[in-house]
Amino acid sequence: MENKAHLEITAAKQMKELMKQHFMELDEASRTKSRKIAWCSSVGPAELAMSLGFLVYYPENHAAMLGSTRTAMDYIPVANAHGYSPEICSYLTSDIGAYLRHETPLTKAYGIKEVPKPDVLLYNTNQCRDVYDWARFYGREFHVPVLGINTPRSQNESREHVVFSVNNQLRDLVGPLERIARRRFDIDEFREVLGRSRECSRLWEAVLETGANKPSPLTFFDECIHMGPAVVMRGRQEANDYYQVLLAEMKQRVENKVAAVEGEKLRFYWEGMPVWGKLRSLSELFARLKASVVVSTYCNSWIFNAFDPADPFASMAEAYCSIFIGQDEVWKENYIADKVKRFAIDGILFHDARTCASNSNNRYGMSQRLSQRLGIPHLVINGDLNDLRCYSEEQTVTNVEAFVEQIEESRSENVRRN
Amino acid sequence: MKMYAGIDIGSCTTKSVVIDEQGNLLGSDVRRSGIDYKTVARESLSAALQGKSMEGITVVSTGYGRHNVSFAAHAKTEIACHARGAYFYVPHAVNVVDIGGQDNKVIQLNEKGQTVDFKMNRKCAAGTGTFIEEIAIKTAIPIDNLDELARKSQKQVKIGSYCTVFASTEVLSLIRSGVQAEDLARGVFESVVARVLEMIPLADTVLLCGGVVAYFPIVAEIFRVHVKGEVIVPPHPQLTGAFGAALFARDV
Repeated sequence: MENKAHLEITAAKQMKELMKQHFMELDEASRTKSRKIAWCSSVGPAELAMSLGFLVYYPENHAAMLGSTRTAMDYIPVANAHGYSPEICSYLTSDIGAYLRHETPLTKAYGIKEVPKPDVLLYNTNQCRDVYDWARFYGREFHVPVLGINTPRSQNESREHVVFSVNNQLRDLVGPLERIARRRFDIDEFREVLGRSRECSRLWEAVLETGANKPSPLTFFDECIHMGPAVVMRGRQEANDYYQVLLAEMKQRVENKVAAVEGEKLRFYWEGMPVWGKLRSLSELFARLKASVVVSTYCNSWIFNAFDPADPFASMAEAYCSIFIGQDEVWKENYIADKVKRFAIDGILFHDARTCASNSNNRYGMSQRLSQRLGIPHLVINGDLNDLRCYSEEQTVTNVEAFVEQIEESRSENVRRN
Repeated sequence: MKMYAGIDIGSCTTKSVVIDEQGNLLGSDVRRSGIDYKTVARESLSAALQGKSMEGITVVSTGYGRHNVSFAAHAKTEIACHARGAYFYVPHAVNVVDIGGQDNKVIQLNEKGQTVDFKMNRKCAAGTGTFIEEIAIKTAIPIDNLDELARKSQKQVKIGSYCTVFASTEVLSLIRSGVQAEDLARGVFESVVARVLEMIPLADTVLLCGGVVAYFPIVAEIFRVHVKGEVIVPPHPQLTGAFGAALFARDV
């Protein structure tokens, strides 16, 4: 039932080159010791490290590669056997499992023998506690410092204090990072990196916003691939140059009314993590049903509008405390409701990821509350980001098909029932 | 006479239904799905036709194997077909509960028969036909005796796990503690109902369908204890999905 109704993006070739450049640069630095390398959680203090000359490597990005190549399934059991439960983050377990097996998808993709060795590990618990445990594992393995920001989640009433604390924690990172980098911190360099990162956010957001057009020029599944530079190269000019190209292509599609999903009939919101190992089959499933997944929480999570080079520490604290995952339910529901309205959404898909409670927002009744409030149906897809043992293709296909039937049926006036 | 057929290829059994323009049941068949869906679909339909020719019959397929029926005009999900089949019997707002071999479905229909919400159970088979079969094998109680046995129960025993493996362990623990076979049998059926009630709040009218309800009428009786609204079992509960598919065939 393969469906080719989904249109490929021309800029993808350029994006692949950019990602290759990122990994080749890290590999060379690791082999020749020409640059210091910081491993950083995906919404961690990357810009600060970059301003001190570090190249930044993101274990979560590596884990997503393990997921999308489906090699995660070879490695998760290895980490399970080493005491890392199958119930915790499968990014963590697949990445640690791959490390324990001395394997990486970078070998097949770029001929790189091993992941670059870190000089420091940076984390921010703004997204979950697992990034901390993950960093601690590698800190022990590589005997390098583990530095981080400890951000509480569901901030709400305590938000002001949280941002104040994160601001101070960021400043406290400077001294230890200077010692590892063996160079002085220069606030102007920090401002420059933050400014470029801010511009990356602006461009990426503009790309995502094109999805509000009918028909949508891109889908969530495209975005999961094209968000790569916004995650791993934010703060660098190359990422901004790339998103200019991608944005131009999307604008052109909008102008020509080119649909990512041919004959788009329905528009969905994807809440939660991608199922990395099933991006293609899910993309084809929705395309076959003429349903376009046009907006998501996940791909919008790398937009840091609060960054302000004029006040880098405070604005960085504000930005990294403002990510969706860290907010309370009321804030999250308002966020989704706004996008449902602006993107003209027909239904919300909640991915309940078995090993990622932080990104499974259906678990506390949000899906029912939003359906009631917005008057649109929702569907919960049981799965996982990387652990495909938690995903049933059959059940997912049936559920999605039934969801589409449900919406179409609710629209037809003259249904013969008996 | 124009005839229409629905074929429901479920994980355990395949059901075929043949109807006329008025929705009257002309023939039906139930058999194990096995591993060759294409063949079983053809054989099951042929049996339901009772010697009549397949020529000119419009077929709609449903169930896990719905995309394997090459001679079907359309494939519809089991959600849509159970909803359609159920609404034929109860033409007003109703909660449709289908307890199948491998999964359970709860479908909420509005007064027009449109699906308002639906839920399928997650991957564990606890609370499904497979679970009952497994317990029957484990306890060496013939599965055909379970319903009758459960009716003799005097004492309530609870099986709470929503994992089949854990539920089986619970059963073994009950056996070790000397529980009576009839209480155990009743406990198994009580747990099937409990798993469904965990899926979605069931208010108002409930229509029960699927193989489990067809073979074990006690399940409907237990539902009546726990659900405030009316609990209806249609004439051929196991054929509801196939019947709904046949009604869709009439629309083609």
